[in-house]
Amino acid sequence: MNDELKYLSKQVAKHRLDRRSFMGRAGALGLTAATASSLLGSAVMAQGAIKGGTIKVAIDGGASTDSLDPALAANSTATQVNRLWGEPLVELDAEGGLEMKLATAFEASADAKTWTFQIRDGVTFSNGKTLTADDVMATIERHAGEDSSSGALGLLGSISAMRTDGNAFIIELDGPNADLPYLLTDYHLMIQPGGGKEDPAAAIGTGPYTIVSAEPGVRFVAEKNPDYWNPDLGHASTIEITVINDDTARVAALQSGQVDMCSRIPPKVASLVARMNGVTVHSVPSAGHYVFIMHANTAPFDNKDLRLALKYAMNREEMVDKILFGNGSIGNDTPINTSYPLFSEMEQRSYDPDKAAFHFNASGHEGSVLLRTSDNSFPGAPDAAQLFQQSAAAAGITLDISREPSDGYWSEVWNKQPFCTSYWGGRATQDAMYSTAYLSTADWNDTRFFNEQFDQLLIAARGELDTAKRTGMYADMGTIVSEEGGLICPMFNNFIDATSDKVAGWGPSKGFDLMNFYAPMKMWVAG
Amino acid sequence: MGLALKLISQRIALGFLLLLAVSALIFAGTEILPGDVAQSILGQSATPESLANLRAELGLSEPAVTRYFSWLGGIATGDLGTALTSGTDISSAVAQRLGNTLFLAAVAAVISVPIAILLGLLAVRFKDRWPDKLISATTLASISLPEFFIGYLLILVFGVKLGWFPTVATVYEGMAFGDRLMAVVLPALTLTLVVLAHMMRMTRAAILNVMQSAYIETAELKGLSTFKIIRKHALPNAISPVVNVVMLNMAYLIVGVVVVEVIFVYPGMGQYLVDHVSKRDVPVVQACGIIFAAIYIGLNLIADVVSVLSNPRLRHPK
Repeated sequence: MNDELKYLSKQVAKHRLDRRSFMGRAGALGLTAATASSLLGSAVMAQGAIKGGTIKVAIDGGASTDSLDPALAANSTATQVNRLWGEPLVELDAEGGLEMKLATAFEASADAKTWTFQIRDGVTFSNGKTLTADDVMATIERHAGEDSSSGALGLLGSISAMRTDGNAFIIELDGPNADLPYLLTDYHLMIQPGGGKEDPAAAIGTGPYTIVSAEPGVRFVAEKNPDYWNPDLGHASTIEITVINDDTARVAALQSGQVDMCSRIPPKVASLVARMNGVTVHSVPSAGHYVFIMHANTAPFDNKDLRLALKYAMNREEMVDKILFGNGSIGNDTPINTSYPLFSEMEQRSYDPDKAAFHFNASGHEGSVLLRTSDNSFPGAPDAAQLFQQSAAAAGITLDISREPSDGYWSEVWNKQPFCTSYWGGRATQDAMYSTAYLSTADWNDTRFFNEQFDQLLIAARGELDTAKRTGMYADMGTIVSEEGGLICPMFNNFIDATSDKVAGWGPSKGFDLMNFYAPMKMWVAG
Repeated sequence: MGLALKLISQRIALGFLLLLAVSALIFAGTEILPGDVAQSILGQSATPESLANLRAELGLSEPAVTRYFSWLGGIATGDLGTALTSGTDISSAVAQRLGNTLFLAAVAAVISVPIAILLGLLAVRFKDRWPDKLISATTLASISLPEFFIGYLLILVFGVKLGWFPTVATVYEGMAFGDRLMAVVLPALTLTLVVLAHMMRMTRAAILNVMQSAYIETAELKGLSTFKIIRKHALPNAISPVVNVVMLNMAYLIVGVVVVEVIFVYPGMGQYLVDHVSKRDVPVVQACGIIFAAIYIGLNLIADVVSVLSNPRLRHPK
């Protein structure tokens, strides 16, 4: 990174080119803007940053069964740890656009089927090997391969061919996809030397830290990588991560000063934690949502009137108040909210017992409706089910609640039983969210939603490079899901984290909690 | 001595037989767990393809009997296999976890056993008077509170309010012994409060039982002090039940402290086992199960042997 580029980036940033409109255009100008403004953003943040010291993090989700293989990462601890030592090609920036990591630029062909990524020069892995386009290709190959067990396998299914050309990495898709770069921000896709094919769990990458001690489910220690290419990321010399799955113990660790930041504060104690001395609570809107899902092709939920009756019987405000304690926003029976770049408002569905009763009678359904729930389907799910039971009763609908064991819920109930509670984390784009769970052919079509018109719109939107038209298409898709679908989405949850005043530098983010798991690297030990 | 030796060797042989039976039970139990390791590893983000790939990779397709005998053979040679989920060697992971668990159990035992026996002796000495009632009331109150509640109370008072001890008891390799000891103070105290009453009450009951005997009356008539009678004449004859209850509580301190481990973030066997049960990582569950069984059987064996050795009729057969 030379001075001229930094100067240039400031000039470009003054014009504030819209980062969100870069998608699909991939002109050199757009890319420079994206890179430059991210450089600019981190330059501003870094002005106050103090180097050195130790940042201690208490995080939930880890288990002693975890591996350091990024392909197998499936919880927040693993995602956080991988972010320390590894990097993807591109990453979500604070506004939901893209910032460059190991790619310096990318462009698409006019049909959005061929994508070319320029790989950053002069970057070395922590084992001393120099990063090449071949490492990038090998990484994507490992995750996309037919025998892959990577959590990112589903995202990469549309890749038909890959090749390298000098410092460029080229992906061919079997259909247009204007969102491809967003898919590559996935947390599994850490670039590893040789793709990590030899030793996937070696934790060798290009990230700002190197792992010096790893006890899965217990504790991780990372030291600053002295050769890291980006001077604006990774301020502390040491990062210590302690896995504390017990909510009370995690908060107590922050309160007693044993850790400097703490993930996932339970909503019901968030206001109490905020009152502690020297602790700041960060409640950050997210694309994650808590849902009640019906199989739209399974009796009795194959009846549109019954689905509408249940949708109108949901009191969304009450859910946000009593389940999220205000740390969230109401949903509108689509999986999309303002977190997504191409979101557009549509008429809000509200709690209406009369309409619910009308549709329930129109459905001709007799007797009660069985809802399955469990503690781990989302925090407070059994309580939410009971609130739903009450609000539905006011419309004359009887809900029976069956409380299932948390153990085995994801294999025995979710995506198997016709009506249950569940949750979704957000995705980077609407296309990714809809393709993951609402496309007819999606593996996790957990509402059994088969709608031809919707599918056609979704595929067409992938190749549509006109942002206004694309936004209109997504609005239409939202209406279809809300009217026809099996999804009842009462609320979007905030991420609630807390930091002590021993660290500084918290900023906005998209993606996951703890500043998309960059908080330990973007924050610094306060002087 | 011959009879005692014979009895002891019989006990040991029985112990091994029992362990073998337990191993079969553990294996059968883990086989009928619902769900599937591949699904659990990949969680909600599993696609059918990646599931199938992972299953094949993990070698879950071989028949159960084959896997049982190869597993049993492995244990006999000290090889516990490889964890399915993380691909790490179970023996070395378990060794570290077991070391941590034994360390915590040892600290808790060093605190609790002498206190329990001393309190038991005091309770006998002042039977039915206020010290006896006070001791019984406080220890019974502490055993009646759930462990997590005691843990949270100690965290609140000694960790958050007073700031004397760390609330997070994570120990790791290369930690100085003093730091390690400091880290486990709160969990060890919690465990002490949990096991104290059981051992204290048993000591009290066993000694009181002996105190009914004729020879105690003789000792009293000889004019010995009450405490001397208890210490020199009653306690040695009450050793057997006391050792039994101490061993039972030791076993609990080793195999039953998962709640305390979770609250204090202590990297012991319990949390390790629970994580692997929820991921259906059968080899690890089996390994932990067999180790726990061995510890239980072993400690009971020790209690039996001590009983035999402390019983003069068995030591000196006619």
